[in-house]
Amino acid sequence: MTSGRVQLVVTVIGRDRPGIIADTTRLLAGLGANLEDSTMSILRGHFAMVLVAAADVTATEAEAALAPLSADGSLQVSVREVPAEAPATPLGATYLVSVHGADRPGIVSAVTAVVAEAGGNVTDLSTRLSGELYVLLAEVDLPAAVDPEQLDRDLVATGLELGVEVSMRVLDPDVL
Amino acid sequence: MLPPLPDGRVRPAVLAPAAVLSSAATAVDPLDPDVVALAADLLATQRSEPGCVGLAAPQLGVPWRVVSLDVTGHPKARTGHGPMVLANPVVVAATRWERGREGCLSVPDLTGDVKRATRLVLRAVVPGTGEQVEISTDAFEARALQHEVDHLDGMLFLDKVAGAHALHARQVYL
Repeated sequence: MTSGRVQLVVTVIGRDRPGIIADTTRLLAGLGANLEDSTMSILRGHFAMVLVAAADVTATEAEAALAPLSADGSLQVSVREVPAEAPATPLGATYLVSVHGADRPGIVSAVTAVVAEAGGNVTDLSTRLSGELYVLLAEVDLPAAVDPEQLDRDLVATGLELGVEVSMRVLDPDVL
Repeated sequence: MLPPLPDGRVRPAVLAPAAVLSSAATAVDPLDPDVVALAADLLATQRSEPGCVGLAAPQLGVPWRVVSLDVTGHPKARTGHGPMVLANPVVVAATRWERGREGCLSVPDLTGDVKRATRLVLRAVVPGTGEQVEISTDAFEARALQHEVDHLDGMLFLDKVAGAHALHARQVYL
């Protein structure tokens, strides 16, 4: 690593088509950027990518280099410089909160508010709307001081208010 | 495990979210003619759905502890007991847990990765005859039986998926 190395967060969002990842990463490789963590998915037909890359260029230079991606208006691309963060270390045990039920506004906010109030940290979350059915899955790190059974009771009570099923269980890591 | 059954009726499957899929079902009298008729309807409905290997009574909107199952010919099956209908099934031993992908007639557009025992011993009663049976099985039949017994406890595979990214859109093969 050179002293000028910075961490850039690149987001690409837009209509899905084959080749978005190939095009984006080719342009980043051309800048000498090294991809670190990334997540890429298709959300209701929209391609969405967030990645962190180490690079010797500024965010403005990287955004200019990625400009061809957004030339036809189908993709929005942004690059921001962020301070380097140490990789997060889990606070304690990891739990999976599963929620499913009839879709309505406010499910994610109500459930995550209960988790936050307990001091739990959501490290990964995905939701799916399938017809009338809404499904929320959240991985939550709980500090050792938090009583998981109390959180489970609070989540179930919130689920009753929302009219959705909520359950929480410990995620074992299956280290082989 | 397949008693003489009346002709079953193909009934519409209940889809999530539905309260009957999230409530524990009640134990039944396996000699009750309504239970035997329900067992026949479960098997008939299961057979009418391509790729469906099992069905639980709550999926027909009935909160009773009755399931049907048939993994015959399924590529992931090892041991198979053929078509069966079971009342009041209870898991008595579950070992050798492995993750696998499963779907559900009541959650038509999603599949999920779920850890299940690949060795299973289950006790149940055969509707119509009242015969007590103990089934020792493995692999896909074990997975399917656990999935159906979960329905009787008001649980869907959505309650057991392995992580935040363990849910998938079901592939549609045309």
